[in-house]
Amino acid sequence: MDLRELYQDLIVDHNKRPRNFGKLDDTTYFAEGFNPLCGDQITVYLYVDDEQVTKVQFEGEGCAISTASASMMTEILTGKTIAEADALFGLFHRVLIGEKELDDETTDQLGKLAVLTGVRAYPSRVKCATLAWHTCQGALHKKQDAISTE
Amino acid sequence: MTSAVVSSVAVNAGEVTAWRADFPILQTQVHGKPLVYLDNGATTQKPQVVIDTVSRYYQSTNSNIHRGVHHLSEVATVDYENARATIRRFIGAASDKEVILTSGTTESINLVANSWGLDNLKTGDEVLVTEMEHHSNIVPWQMVTQRTGAALKVIPINDAGEISLEDVRELLTERTKFVAISHLSNALGTINPVKEVIELAHRAGALVLVDGAQAIAHTPVEVAELDCDFYAFSGHKIFGPTGIGVLYGKQALLEAMPPWQGGGDMIRIVRFDGSQWNDLPYKFEAGTPNIAGAIGLGAALDYVTAIGIDKIAAHETVLLDYAQQQLATIPGLTPIGTAKHKASIASFVVKHVHAHDLGTILDSEGIAIRAGHHCAMPVMEHFGVAATARASFAFYNTLEEVDQLILGLNKAVEMFG
Repeated sequence: MDLRELYQDLIVDHNKRPRNFGKLDDTTYFAEGFNPLCGDQITVYLYVDDEQVTKVQFEGEGCAISTASASMMTEILTGKTIAEADALFGLFHRVLIGEKELDDETTDQLGKLAVLTGVRAYPSRVKCATLAWHTCQGALHKKQDAISTE
Repeated sequence: MTSAVVSSVAVNAGEVTAWRADFPILQTQVHGKPLVYLDNGATTQKPQVVIDTVSRYYQSTNSNIHRGVHHLSEVATVDYENARATIRRFIGAASDKEVILTSGTTESINLVANSWGLDNLKTGDEVLVTEMEHHSNIVPWQMVTQRTGAALKVIPINDAGEISLEDVRELLTERTKFVAISHLSNALGTINPVKEVIELAHRAGALVLVDGAQAIAHTPVEVAELDCDFYAFSGHKIFGPTGIGVLYGKQALLEAMPPWQGGGDMIRIVRFDGSQWNDLPYKFEAGTPNIAGAIGLGAALDYVTAIGIDKIAAHETVLLDYAQQQLATIPGLTPIGTAKHKASIASFVVKHVHAHDLGTILDSEGIAIRAGHHCAMPVMEHFGVAATARASFAFYNTLEEVDQLILGLNKAVEMFG
């Protein structure tokens, strides 16, 4: 087992220097997410203009996988429509839980996110990679209850 | 930092090697590396004698107990009751009637909360727990106090992870009816001054339950000497099977308590106009119990007794002291839980490296530790952390394994630092 396949340089970098980190005051949607397994908590803030995500920020504390995933998410979702964000999360999630094979086309579609697919070999860590995304979905679709990976 | 159990019982490396040979899983590899099992706080490994005892029951004496006239049932019943007697001797209880077999510590505590609690608590009463309790010694008391209108009060911990007897004295009033306290904290390793707390509680007229889940495999437990009213522990944390546990209770209290669960074995006569309960301990053992688990636990306790809990404690003191010394050399590491009296548990956080990442990196080296909140979220909150990494030791661990842990941690720091 090569740890470097899990902790690729891009992940280590995003963990060390998370992008778009901090509270967004001018926000259209926000939600808090929680991973009961480890107690990690994250808040995702979104500014959406005419169905288009124009700004995403997050705050909270988590492991390298969840921090890097959140940080990369803020970059990737900026400029996407809500429908595009939903589709990307759907694909990312299906790949991580093993429902979708990681072929060349899927890798292309995932773009940078492909570096996070190493977690497939670590079932207990899949939720770390999806926490920010679940939370973002909750914010965009205004789920009332606290977002949980469970 | 020194640990509580100071013993003159010296342990040599040869003995540890011999103990390790009793545990088949310790000879295995994980990710191509020899297993270094430092998650004994979560569950302990099983010696061959326990595995064989459980397997022998299923192979040659499997039968239901207390209800058959046939040979196998008689053998199984004798084995089950012999296990109860072994448990009674191990914890120093006065009678087999005081040893209730449950599915584990959690069920033992829920039994007391529901049977004693619902029957005795009322508005205006108070139940005391400590801030360092495992969720299983918090939530049942929250549930029962909510139902009865009683209040749940918390004995605070300091930044070393200790309670103070002064706080206990202050919190104990005529309203206090019950105190639930862990003997050894699973998240911090703190050994609580339970004997003193029990004495103070009794003076205030309150009963005391000691959660011994974590203590039972690491420190001598004598319930009569402690004078606790209830003592709960699980088989799987003392080298026995999962799904079996013990509730010790003083006989007079258990006699006065109503049954919690109804069913077979806990009754003497069942009539539609009213049933009669069975005698102790069966009144609290509804349904077919975990027979294999009980017999396996008996074997585990015999195994521990043969080695000697004093010897175990002495070796673990050496291990923990060495581990704490070595952990202090890791850059950015902060220990969580620095009580004067500690056993078997080293909890910590490392700057810039989340506990889960530590867990994964150590796992790749074949080292099993626990990363998370340890079912003690209030403890995490006290220390302002979401999670800690926890190495927890058993008597079969070695100083070399501590060295492996330290190497793995340094690797993690290098990766993320």
